[in-house]
Amino acid sequence: MLGIVRQKMLGQSLLKIRPAISVLRSYSSAAKQMTVREALNSALDEEMSADPKVFLMGEEVGEYQGAYKISKGLLEKYGPERVLDTPITEAGFAGIGVGAAYYGLKPVVEFMTFNFSMQAIDHIINSAAKSNYMSAGQMSVPIVFRGPNGAAAGVGAQHSQCYASWYASCPGLKVLSPYSSEDARGLLKAAIRDPDPVVFLENELLYGESFPVSDEVLDSSFCLPIGKAKIERKGKDVTITHGVGAEICASVVEESFAYLDAPVERIAGADVPMPYAANLERMAVPQVEDIVRAAKRACYRAVPLAAAA
Amino acid sequence: MALSRLASSSSRSADLLKPLCSAISLRRPISTDTTPITVETSVPFTSHQCDTPSRSVQTNAKELFTFFRDMALMRRMEIAADSLYKAKLIRGFCHLYDGQEAVAVGMEAAITKKDCIITAYRDHCTFVSRGGTLLEVFAELMGRQAGCSRGKGGSMHFYKKDSNFYGGHGIVGAQVPLGCGLAFAQKYSKDEAVTFALYGDGAANQGQLFEALNISALWDLPAILVCENNHYGMGTAEWRAAKSPAYYKRGDYAPGLKVDGMDAFAVKQACTFAKEHALKNGPIRGKSLSLVEAIKLTSSCSVCCAYMQILEMDTYRYHGHSMSDPGSTYRTRDEITGVRQERDPVERIRKLILSHDLATEKELKDIEKEIRKEVDDAIAQAKENPLPESSELFTNVYAKGLGVESFGADRKEVRAILP
Repeated sequence: MLGIVRQKMLGQSLLKIRPAISVLRSYSSAAKQMTVREALNSALDEEMSADPKVFLMGEEVGEYQGAYKISKGLLEKYGPERVLDTPITEAGFAGIGVGAAYYGLKPVVEFMTFNFSMQAIDHIINSAAKSNYMSAGQMSVPIVFRGPNGAAAGVGAQHSQCYASWYASCPGLKVLSPYSSEDARGLLKAAIRDPDPVVFLENELLYGESFPVSDEVLDSSFCLPIGKAKIERKGKDVTITHGVGAEICASVVEESFAYLDAPVERIAGADVPMPYAANLERMAVPQVEDIVRAAKRACYRAVPLAAAA
Repeated sequence: MALSRLASSSSRSADLLKPLCSAISLRRPISTDTTPITVETSVPFTSHQCDTPSRSVQTNAKELFTFFRDMALMRRMEIAADSLYKAKLIRGFCHLYDGQEAVAVGMEAAITKKDCIITAYRDHCTFVSRGGTLLEVFAELMGRQAGCSRGKGGSMHFYKKDSNFYGGHGIVGAQVPLGCGLAFAQKYSKDEAVTFALYGDGAANQGQLFEALNISALWDLPAILVCENNHYGMGTAEWRAAKSPAYYKRGDYAPGLKVDGMDAFAVKQACTFAKEHALKNGPIRGKSLSLVEAIKLTSSCSVCCAYMQILEMDTYRYHGHSMSDPGSTYRTRDEITGVRQERDPVERIRKLILSHDLATEKELKDIEKEIRKEVDDAIAQAKENPLPESSELFTNVYAKGLGVESFGADRKEVRAILP
């Protein structure tokens, strides 16, 4: 039940189904619980501690302790030279971050939400993503752009957009979308250590969610590989993935058509700007019942929406 | 004898009329009285690259009561919104304007509905000053059909195009180039009106503002940029965000004025001055010059011929940045209460009304009671109002959908032809 409730709050396309029971089986009964917020905070803390070239920059990251408290305590610990409060000028500070990365520093640039990254998108793509290629390897850009992405709750059209497919279409960028605390910790550490520009898409609704984490995850050397999806639960009837649905569908059809027993299904955000009214917002975002219905269709056990109502 | 004196005389002398006033209700004659009264602004104006308007402002009893009523209404509305948000009837973001009412009210008094206003997300009161109703405000905040955006926009996206109010924008700074675009269109259409583009001290450092300012000055657009400086961009004080927090000077070649934004009359005076300057020196004047004269003119006064200007309103918000921000981690409570005691815009008008003997304290309190009831009634009505119909999910994606299909979360189950 807990797993399913969590799914409801994610505004991404196809979601991982993560029943609480199988999760509990994987870890010892003394497993520590960690929120995604704590996971991100500890990852930032450890990477800043390990490498003096790593610094954090963004709106309210310092004195305010982070708009969503992800950078809590970091200003006190590392000082104003490494935790910088910027004015509300994304194009400017993203460009400054990329310039610092050219020179060899390792900036972590926070966007209060990725909606505001559009003000900086020229620097993310033209100054960061393409530089290593255009310079034949001279200019690597070890920068991380991170922040909440996608739907939240009732924040309206200009604050709810998902940029996963936008950034994932850009060669030169590595785009990560962690789910659990383990994902968040391991992938943020990997992102900061990576020599290439990484777009790290978090989600505000997950920040307060707790997940069990093993001792291995808690260790400061813990790191996850970039580019490898996690199998949350093994099965044999249907595969449910999450993320850039159209690209995944196309790849699966191109590479593995012969393996398919049914056409690929897609559940995604509705093709409308995000409405504010609660009932319309619910319709604009994938719900658990949409995923269940699509999974059953793929297994030829379809229950149409009208019949279920 | 006394009655005829009352009926004929519009100015009141304290001793004779006070006792009679309490015995006989003299509500109507006083509140519609248009006999000129002169008030002084709280402080003189400070200017950059231009003359200052006079500190003496012409007003009358009618306007004083209008200012009082409008600002008290806005104040009550925002406080009610705070409660609704805490009751979870308002979701998402909610940025309240209490403390800043004088800017909305003073500006509206200086202009007409032909002039355009555009602002950022702290837009509830600006919407009301442009003619929006309380029901439209509360219904939109609660995501209901009677909302000004039919529940689809939310707090940050109020619009009233028929009054030339262009929103309601969530991305910091974006409304400034948009406002300059409105001014461009006004000049292009030869409309003899101006645009006020409002932004905060947080947005004042945005590059796009300077790009828009440059183009507006170059093309002589009737744009007036109004910085509502409440001294904090979310949690960041102005001195931590701007090398130069003298926002009225930041336009360089563009004239600027610094105004006490807590004084509705100072705001009104500044906006009147700005509109006159923009229209007198702008498109209309340009029209009557020959090409040779125009070239001579622009080459001789390269600095002061910019029609577009910046007004910096020195104002203050009592609430935090939004309902998610307590507003007390980066400011002291003493500062907040200090401003409330010394500079509150509603109190300022109350004192003016009382000192000019236009009403008693009780009469003003009665007005506030009426306002409270109005607000409560509008909230009750909004609460009864239904959520939008499901079909509204797919309306207004385009103005003209051309019959294209759009999909819900489950593409096989929820689809619509866009109207």
